[in-house]
Amino acid sequence: MLNVLFFARVREQLGRASLELSWPEEGLDLDTLQEQLCCEHGDGWREVLAQDNIIRAVNQVVVAGNTDLHDGDEVAFFPPVTGG
Amino acid sequence: MTTGDLSQPAITVSVQEADFDIARLQSSLLAGLAEEGAVATFTGYVRRDNEDRQVGVLELEHYPGMTESSITDILRQAAARWPLLRASVVHRVGRLLPGEQIVWVGVASKHREAAFSACEFVMDYLKTQAPFWKKERAGDSEHWVAPRESDNKRADRW
Repeated sequence: MLNVLFFARVREQLGRASLELSWPEEGLDLDTLQEQLCCEHGDGWREVLAQDNIIRAVNQVVVAGNTDLHDGDEVAFFPPVTGG
Repeated sequence: MTTGDLSQPAITVSVQEADFDIARLQSSLLAGLAEEGAVATFTGYVRRDNEDRQVGVLELEHYPGMTESSITDILRQAAARWPLLRASVVHRVGRLLPGEQIVWVGVASKHREAAFSACEFVMDYLKTQAPFWKKERAGDSEHWVAPRESDNKRADRW
């Protein structure tokens, strides 16, 4: 199982806060997951997730570039942060 | 609270909807053993205007779990750079009105230089690293706040 979360502007643009995916036997990496989400949900999702400044986190740690995922991981997509 | 250990300062992080009491937070940085020579604190407030836009309501969204852990990590980084006795962050989420307190950073150390520097470092990093997102509302309009290049530059100084 993979838990995928979306926050802030990304959540609003996609129209959902989270989704769950069953874990594929052949394994999965982050780029492939993103491509899979875009294929399943259409060009609207591709436009949102392909934005340059989208930040990706795996198990609540920001990752730069692609990375292997594991069964049970939590993946998040969000825009640049604006706290403080 | 235990005797101050400079290699393992006490770190506390709270992400909450409720307002906070600055005097009580400041006291929480003191262990009562008169070891602290300096406490530096920063309080951020919601401005009524931002980049020429009026702000009616500010909504703060966060990533439960990651927000707390990333702030804890920032405080640990500060403790690795400066000899700190205690370091705390309180950050509010939810709906806030102009004039309300939004964030508080407090750092206790033996001398002021470490306290001043660590407090500023924590605030600069918090702005650019911790997953919070601000949305401004005014009347019927809403606007996701964009990150500021000046904030990135401030964080890059360290």
